[in-house]
Amino acid sequence: MKTRVSIKVNGVSHEHEIEPRTLLTYFLRDNCKLTGTHIGCETTLCGACTVLLDGRAVKSCTVLAVQADGAEVTTIEGLAKDGKLHPVQEGFWECHGLQCGFCTPGMIMAGVDLLNHNPKPTREEICHGLEGNLCRCTGYSHIIDAVQWAAKKLAKAEKR
Amino acid sequence: MQSKTKTKPTSGYVGRAMKRVEDPRLIQGIATYVDDINLPGMLHMVVLRSPYAHAKINGIRTDAARALAGVTGVFTGADVNAKCGLVPCVGLAPDQKAPKHTCLATDRVYFVGHPVAVVVASDRAIARDAVDLIEVDYDALPAVTDPQAALAPDSPLTHPDLGTNLAFTWTLAMGDMDKAFAEADRVIKHRMVHQRLIPMAIEPRGCIASWHTGEHTLTLWTSTQIPHLIRTLLPGMIGVPENKMRIVAPEVGGGFGSKLNLYAEEALVSHLAQRLGVPVKWIESRRENASATIHGRDQIGEYEVAVKKDGTLLGIRSRTIADIGAYNQLLTPAIPTLTGSMLPGCYKFKAVRMDIQGVYTNKMSTDAYRGAGRPEATYTIERLMDLVAAELGLDRVKLRQKNFPRPEEFPYDTATGLTYDSGNYNLALRKAQELARWDNLLKEQIRARKEGRLFGIGLSTYVEICALGPSKMMAAGGWEWGCVRLEMSGKVTVITGATPHGQGQETSFAQLAADKLGVSIEDIVVLRGDTASAHYGRDTYGSRATVIGGTAILMCIDKIVAKARKLAAHLLKTKEKNVQFKDGKFFVSGKPKNALTLAQLAAEAYVAKNIPRNFEPGLEASSFFEPSNCTYPFGTHIVAVEIDRDTGEVKIVKYVAVDDCGPQINPLLVEGQVQGGIAHSLGQCLFERCVYDENGQLLTGEFMDYAMPRAKDIPDYLLGHTVTPSPSNPMGIKGVGEAGTIGATPAIANAVCDALAPLGIRHVDLPFTPEKVWRAINSAKR
Repeated sequence: MKTRVSIKVNGVSHEHEIEPRTLLTYFLRDNCKLTGTHIGCETTLCGACTVLLDGRAVKSCTVLAVQADGAEVTTIEGLAKDGKLHPVQEGFWECHGLQCGFCTPGMIMAGVDLLNHNPKPTREEICHGLEGNLCRCTGYSHIIDAVQWAAKKLAKAEKR
Repeated sequence: MQSKTKTKPTSGYVGRAMKRVEDPRLIQGIATYVDDINLPGMLHMVVLRSPYAHAKINGIRTDAARALAGVTGVFTGADVNAKCGLVPCVGLAPDQKAPKHTCLATDRVYFVGHPVAVVVASDRAIARDAVDLIEVDYDALPAVTDPQAALAPDSPLTHPDLGTNLAFTWTLAMGDMDKAFAEADRVIKHRMVHQRLIPMAIEPRGCIASWHTGEHTLTLWTSTQIPHLIRTLLPGMIGVPENKMRIVAPEVGGGFGSKLNLYAEEALVSHLAQRLGVPVKWIESRRENASATIHGRDQIGEYEVAVKKDGTLLGIRSRTIADIGAYNQLLTPAIPTLTGSMLPGCYKFKAVRMDIQGVYTNKMSTDAYRGAGRPEATYTIERLMDLVAAELGLDRVKLRQKNFPRPEEFPYDTATGLTYDSGNYNLALRKAQELARWDNLLKEQIRARKEGRLFGIGLSTYVEICALGPSKMMAAGGWEWGCVRLEMSGKVTVITGATPHGQGQETSFAQLAADKLGVSIEDIVVLRGDTASAHYGRDTYGSRATVIGGTAILMCIDKIVAKARKLAAHLLKTKEKNVQFKDGKFFVSGKPKNALTLAQLAAEAYVAKNIPRNFEPGLEASSFFEPSNCTYPFGTHIVAVEIDRDTGEVKIVKYVAVDDCGPQINPLLVEGQVQGGIAHSLGQCLFERCVYDENGQLLTGEFMDYAMPRAKDIPDYLLGHTVTPSPSNPMGIKGVGEAGTIGATPAIANAVCDALAPLGIRHVDLPFTPEKVWRAINSAKR
């Protein structure tokens, strides 16, 4: 039995008939054709699927698409504005905060959420803020550098 | 932390900490991993796997599954095994008894996760539903899970038709061991367990096969480290010849050795795409990745070191049991043999012996996992060095230094028949001690111990063998292929047979080519991971791509410059010997203003209206680089830990690593590899263990149960390096992808054991979970 959901993703309305058991991750990847959000596990532990749901970070593998009906979702593809990278994306590039890139979209979204709530985090706060996201390549240090870099850039932009 | 990159350079790329060209697509989520690929008419495959570690299959009923709307087919071993062939192993030991490794189980299953049947359906969810409708009639059999017990004569058998659980024996014996033990003042004995680990790349495996019915060609996209090796090996499975096969590694989300393999699922999708005439996709779940993608390590070793009382090392021998699981994947039996060759570490031994018994158990196969046999060697010898020092009452640093080969003794022929290319172990050690403020650490320990705190300091001085290797030692060629092409427009295409999956060669190879050709890095593109662009290659594993693949690129550029010089001489109306090449330009010596750029020469070469006699048009070259030796990176890691007596928690309070991989093409990438490698060791030391219960049930099949290091668990890394070039390639570089993992484990282990030493605890096996450490503390004598 299919059901109709309407979700605004990165500012664009997506309306699809889906099975109620469809996870938000699959809605984004299969229905909206936005494959930047990745799947690394099925127990909500790796964080590769992290997106913003009405401005808050969620693990989209543990959200049913029907739960997001009528809501706004931001995925990794929606971060850059008018071709300009988000400072967190820039930070990852500058600081070599990625290697294979698979955990990266989720890690960046978690970083964005962290800075939305805590614009001036200490290194320790960043470590704890990202504990829901696994990376097997980098050893995390450059990821933390990346978020710190972004925090600085955002702070500078604020001052202007 | 400051940005590591500065303004855009226009030359002198090699040696710079540059941003990667790969990153823009990855940070915007617009890169293509295998699950991002969807083809018209594509069907989805889901695998039914055995819930038993060992069982007889009496029958399989598929009618209910086949009847589900949207299901195209349900296939068992009887339907596909003959066409899919046997999963290959290229590393069988000479005396090895090997079971037939069919793609799907036949009459028995041998490990939890063993593929039994597959469903192909119009979407993944329907296929998944259909898998639940397949009825398999199993008769459970006793599972073999303890490799030592498995060798007892009355043990149940993993493979009853083999008649034994002993898969193979292998011995390395060099030097006069009897003499070494006869001359010894002391023999230090030790037993160590190298626990089974799960590589857990964040992207699980997956593949898509597409068959062109008209052309009889197969295209396979697969999350793999080895598209070229697959093109060599898959024909033997499914009967499609290699020159009718294209294997593509799209973006690959981590490998660490777990994707250095040819798996049953790759043959299954290939066969089914052919059979059904539509593309077939399979994507692994995390649970499948944990149970049916290769595991790492899993050795139990009994070691003996013969020494003189002044600390001179004489001989080392080991009896090792390697738990290899139920089947042989690509390199399964070969991995423990790499341990033997590196057992002496960076010390001068007179005799080395390793006897390995490979044992079949009802578990997933072990195979190469970051370090592939060498972490076991380094962990062993470095732990032993601390035990030898303690036993002899010698300083553990001085003991190591005493037995190092001196820099002038390199290339150094080891007791196991290897030739270490270059090394200066004492230099790295001294630098690490400096960075770590070694004497202060010792003082801090004295203070801490007075206060009753458990504070430990550990070090490891390591060497490892990588950039595998000369073809004589490899199964099917250890060379690497490269091609460099000047396009008509003057742009440059670099094609490599290596298959980066995070290591950054799209950037580092562009740096190499840009400098050597004298062109802007923006004009260069590096193609990789596709057998259609690099027909031959030997892919990425064993920290080889930059050394061997990079050198192949340089060889190509030498050929291009030589050819361009001929054309330049012709166009400048002079002899070749008068032509100079500098910063991408050719000119007559002394007349730099009248120069021809490579771009201009490329255009001339392709348009070919004015080329010399016997000059082939075009401006490209390809090369195979055959290395004369492996490379031997080395270094010293120093770790300080503090253990909470009440909880057993280990906290790393200082982490120093000084690694030597020769000259660095991109220091940012080197740092990333070292830090990432150390994190794997952190996992092995503090968190990770693959656990099967006595029934062969995998208890650590998800991230819920298999603990991995997270951002909050890492120490602040203090990294340094020394530069000791290798004589075995023109750049003098050595691999660095695995060195961090190899150097870190023993340093952390030695630190924890050092912290516990005052309690009379001699050794604790990994991982140092709080429970294990707490128990050790509470059952200690003092």
